[in-house]
Parts: sequence; structure tokens; C-alpha cells
Amino acid sequence: MHKLLHVLAACAVLALSSAPALAADTIKIGVAGAHSGDLASYGIPPLRAAQIIADEYNAKGGLLGKQLEIIAQDDQCKPELANNAATKLISDGAVIVMGHICSGATIAAIPAYANSKIISVSPSATTPALTKGGKNPYFFRTIANDDDQARLAAEFITKKLGKTKVAYIHDNGDYGKGYAEAVRREIGNKAAVVLFEAINPDAPDFSAVVKKVRKEKADVLVFGGYHPAASKLVTNMRKNHMDIPLVGPDGLKDEQLIKMAGKYAEGLYASQPQDTSDLPSHKAAHANHVKKFGNDPGIFYYNAYAATLAIVNAIEKAGSLDSQKIIDALHNDFVETPVGKIRFNSLGEPVGVGLSMYQVQNGKFVELKDSTMMLN
Amino acid sequence: MEQLLYFFELFFGGLTRGSIYALIALGYTLVYGIIELINFAHGEIYMLGAFTAMVVAGVLGVYGLPSAAILIIAALCAVVWVGAYGFTIEKIAYKPLRGAPRLSPLISAIGMSIFLQNYVILAQTSDFVSFPQLLPELPFLEKIGSIMGESDFIILVTSTATMIALTLFIRYSKTGKAMRATAQNRTMALLLGIDANKIISMTFIIGSALAAIGGVLIAAHMGQINFAIGFLAGMKAFTAAVLGGIGSVPGAMVGGLVLGLCESFTTGYFSGDYEDVLSFGILVLILVLRPDGILGKAKVQKV
Amino acid sequence: MFKTRIIKALLAALWFMVLTFPIVGIQVNTTARNINWRWDRIASMGIGIFVLALLWNWCFERKALGLPIIKKLPDSFHYSFNELQNRPLFKKGLPIAILAAMLLMPLVSSIYQTNIMISAMVYVILALGLNIIVGLAGQLVLGYAAFYAVGAYTYGLLYHYFGLTFWACLPLGGLAAVIAGFLLGLPVLGLRGDYLAIVTLGFGEIVRLLLLSQGDITGGPRGISNIPRPSFFGMKMTLDQVTNYTYYLVLAGVLITILVISRLKNSRIGLALQALREDEIACEAMGINTTRIKLTAFMLCSCWAGFAGVIFAAKTTYLNPASFTFMDSAMILSMVVLGGMGSISGVVLAAMLLILAPEYLRAFSEYRMLLFGAVMVLMMIFRPQGIIAGAHRDYHISENIREKASPEDEEGNADSAERASA
Repeated sequence: MHKLLHVLAACAVLALSSAPALAADTIKIGVAGAHSGDLASYGIPPLRAAQIIADEYNAKGGLLGKQLEIIAQDDQCKPELANNAATKLISDGAVIVMGHICSGATIAAIPAYANSKIISVSPSATTPALTKGGKNPYFFRTIANDDDQARLAAEFITKKLGKTKVAYIHDNGDYGKGYAEAVRREIGNKAAVVLFEAINPDAPDFSAVVKKVRKEKADVLVFGGYHPAASKLVTNMRKNHMDIPLVGPDGLKDEQLIKMAGKYAEGLYASQPQDTSDLPSHKAAHANHVKKFGNDPGIFYYNAYAATLAIVNAIEKAGSLDSQKIIDALHNDFVETPVGKIRFNSLGEPVGVGLSMYQVQNGKFVELKDSTMMLN
Repeated sequence: MEQLLYFFELFFGGLTRGSIYALIALGYTLVYGIIELINFAHGEIYMLGAFTAMVVAGVLGVYGLPSAAILIIAALCAVVWVGAYGFTIEKIAYKPLRGAPRLSPLISAIGMSIFLQNYVILAQTSDFVSFPQLLPELPFLEKIGSIMGESDFIILVTSTATMIALTLFIRYSKTGKAMRATAQNRTMALLLGIDANKIISMTFIIGSALAAIGGVLIAAHMGQINFAIGFLAGMKAFTAAVLGGIGSVPGAMVGGLVLGLCESFTTGYFSGDYEDVLSFGILVLILVLRPDGILGKAKVQKV
Repeated sequence: MFKTRIIKALLAALWFMVLTFPIVGIQVNTTARNINWRWDRIASMGIGIFVLALLWNWCFERKALGLPIIKKLPDSFHYSFNELQNRPLFKKGLPIAILAAMLLMPLVSSIYQTNIMISAMVYVILALGLNIIVGLAGQLVLGYAAFYAVGAYTYGLLYHYFGLTFWACLPLGGLAAVIAGFLLGLPVLGLRGDYLAIVTLGFGEIVRLLLLSQGDITGGPRGISNIPRPSFFGMKMTLDQVTNYTYYLVLAGVLITILVISRLKNSRIGLALQALREDEIACEAMGINTTRIKLTAFMLCSCWAGFAGVIFAAKTTYLNPASFTFMDSAMILSMVVLGGMGSISGVVLAAMLLILAPEYLRAFSEYRMLLFGAVMVLMMIFRPQGIIAGAHRDYHISENIREKASPEDEEGNADSAERASA
């Protein structure tokens, strides 16, 4: 046993004494996200967006006289792999990172970037914790966070719908519970909380909780969670002749919900980023994807496109790869992107991205043009 | 008055869910009664029932049949096919293990459960899919709609009818009598010329068919299914079977209803956060305090 | 003979084609209202089942005749393996070679691979711990992930609220798990086999649900993040270094576990546990206090889960209840069962295979879980003793008696005894 410890100690010393060193003659942009595994469909479209923009710039002669190089790292959306991916990108010489994709992975990765003073811009991580209190000056994102959705929902419920008794139901998940809590916080004392409860999204039906909502005489129901549970909930409510409105986050805005709940889905509200498909830069981004890959882009493509454009623009404006100058440019310069004309505020949140409330009308989600919110 | 109304709302809601549990629990209890095996794949059988009905209903829907006809044909197909699945699963995963140590069939059942879930993922999809809205509207329920909706009514009526039919079958038919005899004493039944293999197959077919009915009812009620619905439903139904006394047919029915009511009242009067904790808590407590359940008979272990 | 086999296989193929027809052969798109009849899939199903049915029947014929399924390999392999095992060079050389390879591994592999290896080794510790109660004592526990969770959350929470370090939490995590094991074990260990399995399953789910619902304390679904990795006398380490350091720590943990369990196996308690596995009633009749022995084993095995949990928390730096589901318990259990109940080398091998194979077989990722389920069923049918069967202890009283009772007979007797008690 004693000998074994010696061997272990010797090996440990050996292992601890290796360090990487690399030099750069291109501008390396790291792209981190789920490029394989269950959630690859979230990570691949952003990777494509980055490649399209890099190709475009390289064809025009590059950036600051240098070619752009995309280096990708896969984190499979797993927190434990995200930290490794971040370290790998840093050691490979990435000057700025577009990623990560999932909130959990992003939380795990950003300390590594902050240590090395490397900026990361996420196209899709929406958890409010990432920017709370401005503690991550190197982190930016091009998507509205969950609290913004909650603010929109709070406004919508108290002002537009004019409701005063709110019941909150969530699925006991990070996303769903976070949303429900945020809406409750945003509404504050403008409406009463008559119920705040969790359901198990896998339960066969939600009849008991629905009846409880009715007993408490709620006049609106806020649901935090995803579309399968929301579909069951709304079906249960309508079948029990309960017609108070149901308001939820973008996890509900899925065509599948309308298919599953059918006529019972009518009237349901869900928030999502504003429809910007009329913007010229949105059309251009779409055309580029169709040209290169021959099909319509997947989820988060436009947010990633916006993130990459913001990165490239900021480097161009800064005129160097100095982090502080790039951060200043990100904060101050507006840039035309597929999700709107954006810059970032001091917390790293996008300014100029719009959120809208959508409603199911005649079997389709329709954007309510008078219930939108611009982030600032 | 309002309190009373609320009580009845919860009562019937719990009864509806409980009768689904009871239908699935019967499969556990029948199988356990005969070969003392916890059929872990039974929740997946329920899921397969819902999927088969979804596919059949989809096909018939494209050909444009009236919805009541679709529902009945889809349910019948689900019962037949899922019965066949139950039969096949028993032949593959459990029959070769008769006489093996008790751990073996249990592990085999867990393996079968994983296999079936992934079979459905590969053959159909891992996403949630919609189940067509087929339950008919019943105008006469309009007045008591808040207490008992149309789906609740249909689920309660169908499951009650099924359970009565099962009770009659077990009590009076020849196969039913043979099943009871085998459950009581397998060796004796063999000596009396009962074909044990046939009885075991029959048990699996009947148990699976009951689960399929449960699956179709809940899918038609909620309008959605996916490959994973069998796990929680199976666990809850198993709790129900244990609650009523595993191996006892009336026990499974009572256990299912009691569990459904308990869950409904917990959510209604206490908090939805503790619905599942309660079920599993009941499971643990019953096994520790009264392992033979409400209606089960204590068994003396003989050497 | 040949003809009946073909007919049987054809019938089986036909049966499965009809059986799987609705789910495999039809895909309906309800919105577009079109049906996709997938006859090609049904045809390949038929062909596949035909071949499998031939194999299946052939396997059973061999099994009925008492022949091994694969004639050449395992038999001679097993024989020569046993032979090899007894050679001093092999007996000493193989473990040293494996150990050397394990020691060198992080020096040559990437962080990513080292990390995978660390998770595999955490599972080895878990599986070996579970092996005490399942493999040695023959008691089925389906909620092992609960004890694992208790250990992991002990570290997570003690760090979060009191800032305790990894080294302080390692024994505390083990202790907390032991207490949990004692509290659960005391009332339930008197239960019969499958009842015990279900109680532990229920307990596992309750622990997970409580972690989820008591969000004010445990962070609920959000979990606990930024848990520090293990420290080395307060030294500041880069990610590379700390990963390698963790690797060696876990490796040492595995070695200690192996050492302890191999000692335990032949100790008084270990022998009592094995007697319990073979026949509970006979064991009791021999004057062994079965409840106390079971409780000891239960606490020991939960202790190991607690240690593994603390290591897991330090390794991922992030905890949430989703890591402790029934599937995780089933996964650990299948490592024990597939590896060979009671066999240390088998369990280590199975744990490594089950964690590493999916990482390196991404191409099969779609079929991975399907195969996993199928393998569990098939192993139970054709090789219930696992990849490497746990060795039964032989007693050499005298040459005469030994000749009369060959080891095979002993096993046969044990089996029939178990059957009688079942």
C-alpha cells in the first residue's frame, strides 16, 4: 500500500506538469454547444450560422486583414463537459466564443472564460442567473432571458387582461419553476396569488389541481413548463368547463401543443421573441442558409447569426483583439441582425430584441402586435 | 355546500384516475398471483396499448370513419395486439426463467421494459404525439359537468364494465377457475391436469388487454402519448396492487381506487407538490406495516 | 429435424411480422392526413426474426442438452482462463499491467477521455458497493441511487451552507448514507425478496422527489452549482491538473474498494452473507442472525454509495435531482448482474463496459438502449451467472469426499435449494 502511494504521487506530479502553448495568425472564433447527442438539433444550427458568416468575411478578405477561423467544441449540453470544452477552446487560442447553447452548460463554462478574459456570446442560454447583478462582464447573449418573458407576462396579465387573482402552476423543472416565480415577483402586489403549486408533468391527468384552481376562484392561470404538460393541463381545464386564460413562456409555443390539445388549445397565450422575418437581414440570413445547406435553418440559427454578426462587428469597430475594446464596442454600437438592430446593455443583455405575446387563434399561434416589449 | 361540491369534484376526479390505476394494477396482480413475478414491463404494455390505438385510429381517421367507430375499432385492435405482446413477452423473457432464482426474472423484466421503450422510440418517435380527440360528447352530463366530465364518465363506465366482466370471467369460466386453482397451488393444479403454461399465457394476455384498455382511455382523454408514459403509470399501478394486496384481484381494484382518491385529495386539500411523495410513501409504509395489503391474505412461508 | 426448425422459425417470423405491424409498419401523420406504410421495415423484421428464431431455438436445444451456447470459446476459454489464473505470472502480472495502464492513462489521453474514465470508475465503486448486498447477500435493492444522492447532496449542501471541503465531506457523506441505510434498513430488511426490492425503489423515488420539492434547502430542480473539485493541500491547480488529480483519487478509491470487498468476502460477515444468499431459512437455522447480517451489509453498501456520491459531486461540480433517477439505480444493478453477482472482476468489467461502450460506440447510439435491454434479458436466460461468475468457495476436507461431491453438484444443489425456498 505504501509503495502504491509513492507510485500514485509520482504519476500525479508527472501529470500536473504539462501545459499547452499556442500562437495565432488567424482570428479564431470558438463555437461551443451541443454538436452531438440528444440536443444536437440545438447546437448544429448555430455552428452553421458561424460558418456562413466566417465564409462570407473570408471571401471579402477577412477581418482586420486576417482570416476568420471557426473552432468548434462539443459540450452535448452537459455541464460537466462544458467546462472541458471551454478550457479546450481557450487552450486552442480562441479570442472570442459564440456559445454555449444550454443554460446549465453555459453556467458551468463561463468561469473559465472570465479567468482568461475571453468574451462569450450565447445565442440561446436564457436563464436569468447568467447576467444577474452584472457579475459576468465577459458574458453577452442575443436572446431575451426568462425574466424578460416573465415581465411581459406580468404586464400582459395585469394591464391587458386586467386580471387580479392569479394561480401559478409549474412542472418543478428549473425553467418552469423559474418562470412561475419570476412572473409572481414581477406582478408583485398588482394581483393576488391564489395558488402556487407544482405538478408532475408525467402524471396521467391534472384534474385535481385544475379543480383546486377553480375553487380558489383564480381568473388567470400562469403555467411554467413545456408544451406536453401545458397541453394536458389546458385539456383538463376546458373539459371541466373552466375557461380562464392560460399564460405561459416560449416552452409552450410549439405547434405540437395545438395538435395535441386540438380545440381546447384555443385562446392559450405564450410569449416568444418578436417575429422579425420581414427584416432584410433576416431574409439574407435565411437565403444564405438555403444556399449553403439547401434547407430551412433550425432553431437558434437567427440568434446565433446575430451573435456572430455582433462579435465580428465589435472586433472590426475595436480595431484590435483587445477584450476591453471589444466589450466597449458590444455595449455601444448598434448592429443590424436577423433578430433586430441590437447592442448590449451593461449586464450583457441584448437591447433592441423584441418579445411578443402569441395566442392560439383558429389552430395557429398568432402574434398579438399590441402586446410586445422591446428590451432595453 | 361549496365545500361539499368541491369534495365531490375531487372524489370523482380521483375515481377516474384510480380506475385507470386499477386496470393496470390488475395485470400486476394477476401475474403475481400465478407465478409470483413482478412484471416490470407491464407499464410498457400500457404504453404499447396507447400507441397501437393511436396508429390504428390515425389510419381509420384518414379513411374518414365516424369517431365513435374509430374509437371502438382502435380500442379493440389495441386489446388484441397488446394481448399478443403480453403473450410474446412472457414466452421470450419469463418462460425460460421458470425455476431460476427469483432475481433473474425480475432483472429480465427490467431489461424488457427498457427494450420496449426503445423499440417504440425507434419504430415511432421519441417525441410526444397527439392522440385524436375521439371521446363523444354527452349532452346529458352538461348539468354536472363540473363534477364529472364526459371523459370521466366514459372512463368510469368502461373500467367498471371491464372489471365486472373480469370478475365474472374469473369466477365462472373454466379458464378462470383454472387460473384461481393455479394461483392457489400450482403443483396441485398440475396434478389435476391443468396446463400451467396455457394458464400463464392466458394470464399475461388478460392482464395486458386490461392495461391496453387503460392506455387507450387515458390517451383519448388527454390527447397525447409518448414512449415514457408507462413508467410512472406502471409504478403507481404497482403501488395500487400492493396497497390492495398483491395477488388479490378485488384488492387491485380497491387499491387502484384508493390510491387515485388519496392523490386527488392530497392535491385538493394539501398541495400538488406532495402527490407523488404520498404514493411512494404509501407503498413503503404498506410494505413495512402490512405487506399483504388491504385485502391480501398473509402467506406462511413453508420450507 | 431440420425441417421442423425451419417451419418453427418461419412461424415465428410471421408472428412477429403481424405483431409488430401497427407500431413498426405504419406511421401516420395526422395533420397531413397521410399514412406511411413501411413494408420494407416489416420485411426486414421478418428476415431478422427468422434468423433470430433459428438461433434462439438452437440455443435452447443446446441449453436443454446441458451444452454451452458457444462451444469453442467460453468453454476452452474458461478452462484455460482458470488455468491461466493459477499461473503465478498471470496472477501477479495481469493486475500489475492493468494498474500500470490505468496509472499512465491520464498522461496520454485528453481531458475529455480522462473525465469519462473518472465517471466509469465512480460507477465501478458504486457497483462494487451494491455488489455487497445484491451479489453477496442476494437481496435485491432497486433504489441504490438514493444513497448515492444522499452522499452527493451531503457534500453539496455542507459546502453550500458551511463551506466544508471535499476532504471533510468524504467521511460525512459516507456517514450520512450509512445513517440513511440504517433508518431504511431497520424496518424493511425483514421483508421477503421482491418486497424489499420494491420498498427500496419507493424509497429511492421519495428521496429524489424530496430533493426536488424542498427547493428552499436543496435548490430544487436548479440544483447546486459551483461545488469545488477536490483540493490538494490548498494548491491552486489548472483544469488539466485537477482532472488528473481527481482521476488518481478515484483510482485509489477503486483500489481501496476492491481491497475491502475482497477481504470482506471471506470474512465472517461475508460468509454469513453468502449463506444467506443460498438459503435464508437454512442460514437462520444455523444460528445466524439474518436481520442483523442484512443490516450490516445494507449499511456497508450504502456507505460506499455515499463515498461515490461525494466524489461524483466533486467531479461534476454540479448537482441536481435528475442524476439520481430509477434508471440510474437500474443501471448500477445491471452492472452487478451482468458482471456476475459476487464477482469483483466481473462487476468491474461490466461497469467499465456499460459506461465506456456508449461513449465509444456513438454510431450505435440509437440502438444502444435497445441492445442494453435485450442483453439484460438474454443474459438472464443464457448466462445468469454473469460475464465472470462469482467463485464458490470450495472446502477441501479430504480427497474421498471431494471426489464424491464435485463443484458442479454443489451448484446444482444450491440451485435446487433456492428453488425449494422460492
